[in-house]
Amino acid sequence: MLNPYIPIVGLFALAAAFALFSVAAAPYIGPRRYNKAKVDAYECGIEPVDQPLGGARFPVKYYLTAMLFIIFDIEIIFLYPWAVANDSLGLFGLIEMVLFIGTVFIAYAYVWRRGGLEWD
Amino acid sequence: MSNLAAESPTLADFGTDVWWIIVIKVVGIFALLVALTLFAILFERKVVGRMQQRIGPNRVGPRGGLQSLADGLKLAFKEDIMPALADKPIYFLAPVIAAVPAFLAFSVIPIGPIVSIFGERTPLQLTDLPVGVLIVLACSAMGVYGIVLAGWASGSTYPLLGSLRSAAQMISYEIAMGLSIVAVFLYAGTMSTSGIVEAQESGSEVSAFGLNFDGPGWYAVVLPVSFIIYCIAVVGETNRAPFDLPEAESELVGGFHTEYSSLKFALFYLAEYINMVTVSALAATLFLGGWRAPWPISIWDGANSGWWPVLWFIGKVILGLFVFTWLRATLPRMRYDQFMRFGWKVLVPVALLWILVVATMRVLSREYDFNAGDIALYVGIPVLVLVMAVVWLWPDKAPDPTVKEGVPPTTRGAFPTPPLDLVVPPSPPLIKRDAVAAGKRGGGKRA
Repeated sequence: MLNPYIPIVGLFALAAAFALFSVAAAPYIGPRRYNKAKVDAYECGIEPVDQPLGGARFPVKYYLTAMLFIIFDIEIIFLYPWAVANDSLGLFGLIEMVLFIGTVFIAYAYVWRRGGLEWD
Repeated sequence: MSNLAAESPTLADFGTDVWWIIVIKVVGIFALLVALTLFAILFERKVVGRMQQRIGPNRVGPRGGLQSLADGLKLAFKEDIMPALADKPIYFLAPVIAAVPAFLAFSVIPIGPIVSIFGERTPLQLTDLPVGVLIVLACSAMGVYGIVLAGWASGSTYPLLGSLRSAAQMISYEIAMGLSIVAVFLYAGTMSTSGIVEAQESGSEVSAFGLNFDGPGWYAVVLPVSFIIYCIAVVGETNRAPFDLPEAESELVGGFHTEYSSLKFALFYLAEYINMVTVSALAATLFLGGWRAPWPISIWDGANSGWWPVLWFIGKVILGLFVFTWLRATLPRMRYDQFMRFGWKVLVPVALLWILVVATMRVLSREYDFNAGDIALYVGIPVLVLVMAVVWLWPDKAPDPTVKEGVPPTTRGAFPTPPLDLVVPPSPPLIKRDAVAAGKRGGGKRA
């Protein structure tokens, strides 16, 4: 009996080979005509502002969204096994899960009230 | 061919293939995805064309059939530009990171029942695992890396903004998508995709108004709220219109792939369309009965055996692609704040509430032994009618009285021109200058 993950590894190898071949072959298949404007950062009609690599700042909203994502992703990760085993856990599992969802909901309500879900 | 029940694969049927069957399946899935992508691009352009009273592409090949192949070839022969400010290794790898998980997500999608390939009996599915659907979710989460790194490594403003938006959007809607399928696991009792298809074979018997009939097995019917949330969430997840904010061309040029050209751009394009195909296939698997024939065809006994199910499966995937195209042709793009508000303030709480309702009904009907279908009929339908009545009868927002004021009367069909006696308040610099001038004159009486 083979490990059922092996076909996934096979598909990964094929897809990775295809994708790597594509990105590696692209510079050799297409023409190469140097032009300084081409390698500049894209901008619509004005001088491009250089983007500092690694030091660029971005709105803190994205950071908040990422943290919220982690909270809810963990909630989902707990919900999946419970959902699969729901029939055997029965009433006990349901009450536990209501308590858990309620607890996470407090965090959700807090974020909502503090304006963490607002985008402007 | 033995009895029909044996045609449905179970988890024990996976991992038993000989190596050349695996090779055939791997190449087959790869070819299927590339073919479906080429088809989807052409299909989308044709359908959008028809919806906009155009013909769509019709020059390359018979009825334009080779258009997407021609587009791909053309992309391959374009110049591959590496921006001077790009972070070269990451810029190089980002399209790969976007494309490879897109392919991998399809590996657990069941395409058909057990068939015989050159005498070997094998399920028409690359592989299946007890955690099958998690593979799809994991792969779609990996795809976010490709987009974020592409935008970050381009060393340019628009791609960075586009990729940040895209990441925030994808993780937000992944929550809604992940929550929407909890109810499916609850009903199916398994996360393996073949098990979920198996569980939708037939519905529970519903007795309503003294009549007994077989309820539908599809989870789209049994769990409609989950299905609707899933459909909305995957549109956001795949960055498609009306949620295509990461590539809102009026704001962000091309979004995260602005700086990409040639085959690297083609890989992003490929990944986007494969993701569309995958979420359509997952919708078919989780909610539309997978490869099983839809109702009128399912009366025919042979519909669910042999190679026929591939046809039903592809049909359901194309239905999903059509809906994507339809949305794109119909709806304008949403504003980003509206979009995020909708995801976090509507989809997430509704999905959580729905999970609680479904779980409570299921547990109570098991503990106290009554039919869940009866509750759905006698409680669910009145609640649904009540909600719809409230939505319809809810008074429209009173028109804002301040808006009407000051609008000059316009003649029909004319431009809204300002009135001739329009009084404009003086600009602050003018007031200041006048005040200074008045002060110099020794204190005037100007207000």
